[in-house]
Amino acid sequence: MTSMFGEPIVRREDPRLITGQGRYLDDLGRDALAAAFVRSPHAHARITGIDVDDALDVDGLVAVYTWEDLPGRVGERLPLLIPHPALTHGRTAYALARDVVRHVGEPVVMVVARDRYLAEDAAERVRVTYEPLPPVVGIENAANAAERVHDDVPGNVGAHLVQQTGDADAAISAAPHVLEFRLDIERSASMPLEGRGVYARWDADDESLRVYSSTQTSTSVRMAIAARLGLSAAKVEVIAPDVGGGFGVKIMHPWPEEVLIPWAARLLGREVKWAEDRREHFISSAHERGQVQHVRVGFDDEGRLLGLDVRIQHDHGAYTPYGIIVPIITSTQLLGPYKPGVYRVEFTSLYTNTVIVTPYRGAGRPQGTFCMERTMDRIADELGLDRAAVREVNLIRPEEFPYDQGLIFQDGRPLIYDSGDYPEMLRRIKELIGWDDFGAFRAEAERNGRRVGIGLACYVEGTGVGPYEGGHVEVDSSGRVHVATGLTSQGQGHQTVFAQIVASELGVPIDDVVVTTGDTRRFRYAVGTFASRAAVMSGNAIALASRKVREKALRVAGEALEADPHDLEIVDGVVRVKGNVTASIPLRTVAVLSNPLRYAFDDATAQATQFAVGGSMDEPPLTGEPGLEGTEYYSPPRSTFASGMHAAIVETDPDTAEVRILRYAVLHDCGRLINPRIVEGQIHGGVAQGIGGALYERMVYDADGQLLNASFMDFLMPYATEIPHVETGHMETASPLNPLGIKGAGEAGVIPGSAVIAAAIEDAEGIRITRMPISPSELYHLRLEAAAGTAERTRHARSAAIP
Amino acid sequence: MTEIGLTVNGVLRAASAEPRRLLSDFLRHDLGLTGTHVGCEHGVCGCCTVLFDGEPVRSCLMFAVTAAGHEVTTVEGLGAGGMSPVQRAFQDCHGLQCGFCTPGFLCTVTALLRDNPRPSEDEVLEGISGNLCRCTGYQNIIKAVHRAADLIAEESGEADR
Repeated sequence: MTSMFGEPIVRREDPRLITGQGRYLDDLGRDALAAAFVRSPHAHARITGIDVDDALDVDGLVAVYTWEDLPGRVGERLPLLIPHPALTHGRTAYALARDVVRHVGEPVVMVVARDRYLAEDAAERVRVTYEPLPPVVGIENAANAAERVHDDVPGNVGAHLVQQTGDADAAISAAPHVLEFRLDIERSASMPLEGRGVYARWDADDESLRVYSSTQTSTSVRMAIAARLGLSAAKVEVIAPDVGGGFGVKIMHPWPEEVLIPWAARLLGREVKWAEDRREHFISSAHERGQVQHVRVGFDDEGRLLGLDVRIQHDHGAYTPYGIIVPIITSTQLLGPYKPGVYRVEFTSLYTNTVIVTPYRGAGRPQGTFCMERTMDRIADELGLDRAAVREVNLIRPEEFPYDQGLIFQDGRPLIYDSGDYPEMLRRIKELIGWDDFGAFRAEAERNGRRVGIGLACYVEGTGVGPYEGGHVEVDSSGRVHVATGLTSQGQGHQTVFAQIVASELGVPIDDVVVTTGDTRRFRYAVGTFASRAAVMSGNAIALASRKVREKALRVAGEALEADPHDLEIVDGVVRVKGNVTASIPLRTVAVLSNPLRYAFDDATAQATQFAVGGSMDEPPLTGEPGLEGTEYYSPPRSTFASGMHAAIVETDPDTAEVRILRYAVLHDCGRLINPRIVEGQIHGGVAQGIGGALYERMVYDADGQLLNASFMDFLMPYATEIPHVETGHMETASPLNPLGIKGAGEAGVIPGSAVIAAAIEDAEGIRITRMPISPSELYHLRLEAAAGTAERTRHARSAAIP
Repeated sequence: MTEIGLTVNGVLRAASAEPRRLLSDFLRHDLGLTGTHVGCEHGVCGCCTVLFDGEPVRSCLMFAVTAAGHEVTTVEGLGAGGMSPVQRAFQDCHGLQCGFCTPGFLCTVTALLRDNPRPSEDEVLEGISGNLCRCTGYQNIIKAVHRAADLIAEESGEADR
């Protein structure tokens, strides 16, 4: 049997999902009561009255709740999930607004009715009166702080954090060349095609609660619900069913609805369900990305960084339940594969009267990469050097690992890169895209009146952050191998890759392996799925658990076969003496023998009963624990760092300013690949989101804090017609930190999207690109500004007299 | 409430629903066919696509009553008892990740290949340009459409022999 590890096998979850047999949140609870929410139409207002009288006339109405109805901890502020000393003014919302609303979409009233149509009928009849307050919208308004989002937060500043590796100001001032500029990135959002959703069942006889949530962390939702509802955790189980995409937004928890729906289910003694609709998702879940960055950089004649000072203003929306993880990641991962000289980074995290900001795939890295890569391109332009050459002189060399950047990362641990080969990666991405031959392509295009440009962007991604994940592996008496891990799945193919790991480690046919994720009935201790961590964390935990089971299987089989366990091997689910195929015992029989029995329930288990087994009469029948199973945990000393480089060739229409991506190439290194097909799929999907963020997606708030494009008609996500064919190449630099040598892959594809597209457009146009995303209209106006002298042309363009 | 009778996946079905009930909700919650998904409820994402008298339509943009007397095919009915060539191709080519948009794509592509058994690259792009996918970046979906065309051709070739 060849090892399944590393094989591009097709996914085991697919047959179910392809035939309509998936079970997503709103596919469950057909008879449950439905909840709907009255949400604030104002960005900032004081609630002066709530009149529910008209709603009471709706046939089928069951209950209407406002904040005043919420008892005890249900009515307290929602938790601040990740406290940090720099988050001096963290603020969270109530499950239903109390007195003041701080963004459009904040829940004010919950209605429960016989079905969703009726619940919405009733919600429409609830009249909430407001006294509007001045809204704070946009980073500049937040920083100017003429108005406050929270009365008790001066300057709208939630957090302020500085990290530095020395005196950056001195290093920059002493440098032969200095540049200073500003960059802007707008908001986008995860936007999974399935919104959030919660479905709760209260068992009055057992006094226990079962909750289904479309979440990226069922274990933590469980603990939060238990705490809020005053239940013992043992009485709460939370299951993430099939989840229709997450991309970060579903790691936030507990959402107001995750507290309110279970609470109502218990109070009413009825099943209650809420499935988010699309408009709710736009205005009531979470966004990300919005930042302003001020860069000051000093460098030598070859473009080598001597000092880098970055000041970031980060828009975190109306509340900070997820803390300051996003700006921490931006400020640390900004460094990418480079040695920055002396680095100083400072961020200010600001309140605005807009939807909260929590991680969206990439989680702050796209902004950081945009900053560093724009800086590299700017240095190259300033010096008249090749953009790849400037990157080359700044790369960390393979012999310099482990490389300590001297900062503290998002997991509270030092930012130490474990492994990588960045110069080789740069060589290969240049080769893949044809970097050195692009001049000829451009010249040919120009002869035909076409305008083309090429860009390059590099990143490093800290993946597999702790604190831990676990895995449970159990062989049953039919030979099936049941695997469970606590973290959740949203389409990453965990049922396939974890089965590949178990099949390889244990020596069983993959068809015998069944994987369960995100179900607290099966595994109670977990952190969640985020930060490209599932394969690294649960993958290694499951490998360790498999090894434990294998060791036990060999011991039990050794006793049965009267052989030294060291002489045994497991092949295709059968334990056998190496070199002697006749002396063998199936794992299913080993499983039976691992559980000494008094009572048999079938012919197989009869083999393990007290008069059937032999062995020493001086030894107890059971050594260790019964059953052929094992649990192990994997907890890394720190994150493992994957890396990648993207290159793109774009064409810009000289008349319409439309941007077309002609080629898009990816070089990617996530350590050892468990399933190359799945890794490729993750890259493709990430790239599409990166392109969406570069060219199409933005949250358009007006000055009153209304989200103007809260629908799929107005928030433009790419269709197949917008996404180019992605050419990929892989490197496999194993991580020395974990037993499998793997690094995370989930978020990688999205990270350099805005950076590489900005670089390619800038190269095509000869006009500085400092704001992303960029639409044809914006590019068109940028051309007009450049012609009028109000937008800056690149030096290269000025010297080459590109029109 | 109105009694609505229609043929779903070849079977005559009837249930009562309000005139305002969307076809998508009727299929999912009244008939229990939850394979049809709802991603936006305003006709943009294509998750809810079903075949209505053989043509792909957004079931979130139709009232159930307007489907009375018509034939509807949902993802559950695409592969008589097993998986259709289009469904097999999506697995072969890793054309899905979370699977939420997949039923809509499968219905769309089934109709596309029926009308155009050997679409060009541009015709494939156009054919699926009304369906959003947030996971795959479409590359493997495009591959799956071509693969499905191959499988259908192979099977009809075998049938001819």
